[in-house]
Amino acid sequence: MQQSRGLQNTAGTEKELSPFLGPELNYTGISEKLGGIPLTGLLKTPPGWIVAFIIAFTLFVVYLVSIYVLLLFGVGVWGINIPVAWGFDIINFVWWIGIGHAGTLISAILLLFRQNWRNSINRFAEAMTIFAVACAGMYPILHLGRPWLFYWLIPYPNTHGLWPQFRSPLAWDVFAISTYAIVSILFWLVGLIPDFATLRDQAKNRFVKTIFGIISLGWRGSATHWHRYEMASLLLAGLSTPLVLSVHSIISLDFAVSQVPGWQVTVFPPYFVAGAVFAGFAMVLLLAIPVRAFYGLKSYITMEHIDVMSKVMLATGLIVVYGYSLEIFFAWYSGNVFEEYLLTNRLTGPYAWIYFGLIFCNAISIQLLWFRAVRRNLALVFIISIFVSIGMWFERFVIIVMSLHRDFLPSSWDMFIPTVWDYSLYLGSFGLFFTLMFLFIRFLPMINIFEMKMFLHQAREKDHLREEAAASAQAGD
Amino acid sequence: MATMKAQPAVYGIMGEFDSPEALTKAVHRAHKLGYRKMDAFSPFPIEEINETIGPHDTGVPRLVLIFGLLGAAGGFILQSIAAWIDYPINIGGRALNIIAWPAFIPITFEAGVLSAAFAATFGMIGLNGLPSPYHPVFNVPGFDRASQDAFFLCIEATDPMFGGASGFLRQAGAVRVSVVEH
Repeated sequence: MQQSRGLQNTAGTEKELSPFLGPELNYTGISEKLGGIPLTGLLKTPPGWIVAFIIAFTLFVVYLVSIYVLLLFGVGVWGINIPVAWGFDIINFVWWIGIGHAGTLISAILLLFRQNWRNSINRFAEAMTIFAVACAGMYPILHLGRPWLFYWLIPYPNTHGLWPQFRSPLAWDVFAISTYAIVSILFWLVGLIPDFATLRDQAKNRFVKTIFGIISLGWRGSATHWHRYEMASLLLAGLSTPLVLSVHSIISLDFAVSQVPGWQVTVFPPYFVAGAVFAGFAMVLLLAIPVRAFYGLKSYITMEHIDVMSKVMLATGLIVVYGYSLEIFFAWYSGNVFEEYLLTNRLTGPYAWIYFGLIFCNAISIQLLWFRAVRRNLALVFIISIFVSIGMWFERFVIIVMSLHRDFLPSSWDMFIPTVWDYSLYLGSFGLFFTLMFLFIRFLPMINIFEMKMFLHQAREKDHLREEAAASAQAGD
Repeated sequence: MATMKAQPAVYGIMGEFDSPEALTKAVHRAHKLGYRKMDAFSPFPIEEINETIGPHDTGVPRLVLIFGLLGAAGGFILQSIAAWIDYPINIGGRALNIIAWPAFIPITFEAGVLSAAFAATFGMIGLNGLPSPYHPVFNVPGFDRASQDAFFLCIEATDPMFGGASGFLRQAGAVRVSVVEH
């Protein structure tokens, strides 16, 4: 048994180098702990994981059944009608894709800002992005009516002699979301290459070793390679940052370019982006809190992480609240009878309880996060994150259904009442998301191994420099 | 191997170090002494080493710029051909000629980013010479720890000062020095 390395600097004492790192971490320990989870033999899978996976997979089956019914009978099985042609499918599409945005924010924007604490949550958040985008992407396709012809959305020379309508935000959506999905997957895979090499060298089982050997592309940790690798990561982060802002902005243009009351507002793009990050951080917390407890990752995802993420949630939440107040202001200031009626309808109409639920979840419940004691209370942060997730879903309901169901002509007003297939498809999309998520945390390193080591190295260097400065200051006295 | 021309008998000499600090020091010393054909191996990127050993020009940024611009141009041209030349159609009264260009910008941007991201990923992989399932350094005993917690410096046989490499590595504090077979 080889002795643990990287202990030299701490000289036997376990001192805290950074609030984001557990005090007992060293290079060997990080590899063994984080690499050990995916390398656990199939028969030694934790029973808790199996139970959770079975539940997720059952929901996934519900998803498949809902799609089957939809393909068999058409979109009439849903509660959508005219005027509410966009129901649960578009609500859920926007909701899921918003959740995905936090992952890109953590992996790209925080990388550019050199926020090293992101290292322990970025892999995980990126996986969440990819799976959330997968869930989101299915909805507009299923909503097409004839989903099997979805490839008509892609511009290719065809015998119909037709092209997509490039002046429409709905065509922009296709490009924005597919680009976002592909770039997120590339970024995620690039981050995984060195970790695959770590797992290849750690694996005892010959078959597992071969698999990781192939997908690690023969990575050998050469300084020349690392140099180029770091440059590529930085460039991918730089590309993802404007991309993620563009994606939700383009989605908001689906609404803002139209003339429906409540939709034609210039505040939509930034307001949608902030809402996306807000919902996304809530989901990261909802996933991180149970996972860190279950796998004993408290040295990697510390209370400091929970605290910082809660602050981001609070900050983006306040931007969203600003958006809500501007919507009310616009309704009054526009002097437009339809905009004014929209506000009345939100406050007193048949769906008013959803509007008040939205205000409670997104504006009131997050105010607790001003208090440090609340941000460091896992149960409270978890509950607030659930409220935020529900609140953001309500927000999309308010925007989509409440604007559509009573528009310009009272004779064409109608109610939107979701059917069982609306609910089952929504519930089922959780099945798709969590099935993928559980497979990911079981078979791939859910925390970036090499970046954790790099973070530890940098923290030690900083500590070393501090000590040297202190020593020279003393010598100078 | 006999058919290859003038290949040195070994690939190089590998020294193993037990901390990133020791490796950094050794790399700096080797560079100062004049060693050039060398490479370091570590479980994570170490900025100071990358700056000393890594190429000044990684080539990736140039590729990303070129492909990003090509992708954006491709996206714009595609839309122009489709919606302006081949099949102009009046939607919401939007202009049918080039004045409608702002409507093409979102897809132009997305196409540029997509193409640039492919260039960054595959450019990095390709310029690094990956995938390379076999490499002589994998023959070094204990090299499997280069991805866990060990730090290596390899001085290659093609370096003019290779003769003194073994002694240098020992002196620089390597805990283990081994010959890298082809």
